[in-house]
Amino acid sequence: MNLHEYQAKQVFAAYGIPIPEGQVAATAEAAAALTRSVPGPVWVVKAQVHAGGRGKAGGVKLARDAAAVREAAAGMLGQRLVTKQTGAEGLPINEVYVESGSAIEREIYLSLTLNREKSQIAMIGSAAGGMDIEEVAAHSPEKITTVNIYPAAGLMPYQCRRMAFALGFKGEQIAQFQKIATALYQLVIDKDASLVEVNPLIVTKGGSLVALDAKINIDPNALFRQQELAKLRDIQQEDEMERRASEHDLNYVSLDGDIACMVNGAGLAMATMDLIKLHGGEPANFLDVGGGATAERVTAAFNLILSNSNVRAVLVNIFGGIVRCDLIAEGVITAVKSVGVKLPVVVRLEGTNADKARALLAASGLKVIAASDLTDAARKVVAEARK
Amino acid sequence: MSILVNRHTRVICQGFTGKQGTFHSEQCIAYGTKLVGGVTPGRGGEQHLGLPVFNTVHDAVAATGATVSMIYVPAPFAADAILEAADGGVELVVCITEGIPVNDMVRVKATLAGSSVRLIGPNCPGVITPDECKIGIMPGFIHKKGAVGIVSRSGTLTYESVFQTSNNGLGQSTCVGIGGDSVRGLNFVEVLELFERDPETEGILMVGEIGGSDEEAGAEYISKYMSKPVVAYIAGVTAPPGKRMGHAGAVIAGGKGTAADKYRALEDAGVRTVKSPADLGSAMFDLLKRRRARVKVAATEAILPRTGKFKTKTRKVVKRKVAKPANKPAARKTAQRSKKAARR
Repeated sequence: MNLHEYQAKQVFAAYGIPIPEGQVAATAEAAAALTRSVPGPVWVVKAQVHAGGRGKAGGVKLARDAAAVREAAAGMLGQRLVTKQTGAEGLPINEVYVESGSAIEREIYLSLTLNREKSQIAMIGSAAGGMDIEEVAAHSPEKITTVNIYPAAGLMPYQCRRMAFALGFKGEQIAQFQKIATALYQLVIDKDASLVEVNPLIVTKGGSLVALDAKINIDPNALFRQQELAKLRDIQQEDEMERRASEHDLNYVSLDGDIACMVNGAGLAMATMDLIKLHGGEPANFLDVGGGATAERVTAAFNLILSNSNVRAVLVNIFGGIVRCDLIAEGVITAVKSVGVKLPVVVRLEGTNADKARALLAASGLKVIAASDLTDAARKVVAEARK
Repeated sequence: MSILVNRHTRVICQGFTGKQGTFHSEQCIAYGTKLVGGVTPGRGGEQHLGLPVFNTVHDAVAATGATVSMIYVPAPFAADAILEAADGGVELVVCITEGIPVNDMVRVKATLAGSSVRLIGPNCPGVITPDECKIGIMPGFIHKKGAVGIVSRSGTLTYESVFQTSNNGLGQSTCVGIGGDSVRGLNFVEVLELFERDPETEGILMVGEIGGSDEEAGAEYISKYMSKPVVAYIAGVTAPPGKRMGHAGAVIAGGKGTAADKYRALEDAGVRTVKSPADLGSAMFDLLKRRRARVKVAATEAILPRTGKFKTKTRKVVKRKVAKPANKPAARKTAQRSKKAARR
């Protein structure tokens, strides 16, 4: 789950991490009025969307007076911001953050996230701040410093010093950096953050360190114990289909193709997409209906995938292990009848009671195309989509 | 033989009296697993499914001599359950639970690092040695005792692999679902190592997916140390970057962990890769058929001149490093032919 910049900055402030003064506004008027409470003489108006790359996309504007703030905010609010991270549709800008402008001496990149190879939290820093860290990693990996944090010891002072020297800090900045890094690590632990990113962390003209941007992602598996943060979820920033799927406990990811798929198990669901592609088709989605593929879930899943108007054919691919295939077949029949599916539906059922399931589908009188195995299923659904 | 579990393995279940624990314990008992008891705090002294319930893993291990614990405890309490199992004296912990917070698993992993306790999972189907011991949620009936070791990050793709190798007669030695989370216990490397050492296992099916670099680590291990043939499939060629595909660990982050990278690493290591999961079973069948033929020839050459009989532990005479790139069958055939010619 992602937080907005202004929400993340409130968390930063609570941990004593220095941030510029700023407040959030939902209208251009309110944004302009903030110039009275947020110190100037220069303000930065920042679009609040769940994506990076805002600056280059026109989502960050400098303003020197209230009128300019109003104009910048009016130009953003109600629009959709398209950055290199959002896809072509972009994300809606419903709020802007108005922040006191900073005098920047230089920009640093700093983040904390899981190092999967080590199964430890890693702190990653680069003196090439303000840039896309993935590009830095690809083109000049020597500019990136990583320290892995032992969970029992926590982030140690020596690790902070190592990072501070690597980032070129001097004198009092080293102590300042250690305080910020330690607070960020504590935040990761306390708030179950899967990512905390400060890009950039700046050195001001005055020589002190300030977090100019703030990004916090929360581990979705930990939301049960992060209920305050869970309330900050902004569903308007989420894909409509993916949000509806999550209401039914379905794992769904939108894709660009025209063959919808419904599968049990995440691995098999990915494999089904790959199979469609391998046989010349394009998958319209990833959908894992999970182990308990009941009639209700299958119906909800059908409703979901059919609301995508690009879809020309549907592939149901179920390996019934503990769940019996005949029960799933009944679910498919009920769903196809109640939803009124007009599109061709190819069904491949394997596992417990697969024969019974095939007989049920054959006797249902529905236009359901039975497939004998994975390859047959993929070929048939691609052929149907091309008709 | 097999790896990790067999007919003598004594198993307890944590979360024994819960809905999931009860259902799957029943299934495991029906399969023949030696389930010897369970743990539910506060219900020690009761009987459940005809087996004793204990308050703690310590009590359960002391009373039953169990060496494995199977965990169905809900995600908020699962990390605690794993560490209790490890501290309680079992050798292997199999955690089925999905949805454990990453920070919890980071602590668990660090705590287990100094011990000899092995963890399978979490977020996995479990481990099974066909006809002997099923620990987890996999459907037992699709398995068949045999020669292929299976290691996979995905539950349903494990079942697909099992199904195919049962149908073509190869069967399985042991199947290990290592789970779909980012931080987990046993990884490809550890399981490959166990299969390499297991005389019963003739070949290994490895099923990976996008996210992380554990398949790459597996590939490096294979190229350095494995003599047995490996067939691999990676799910998620079509997965968009930045999106979590069902499993917590199945995400391409920062351009890393793509299926293409993993395929490349595996192919460089001489692994036979398949682009369709439907081809896993047939690719392994193909490799093992050739290997068995080669082993027979080698055995004949080694034994015949002296004894005139065919009574050898054939696998021992296989030369190391037979898992050559599968795209050179012609060269290998020629080699075989010339060998035959030489004998004539």
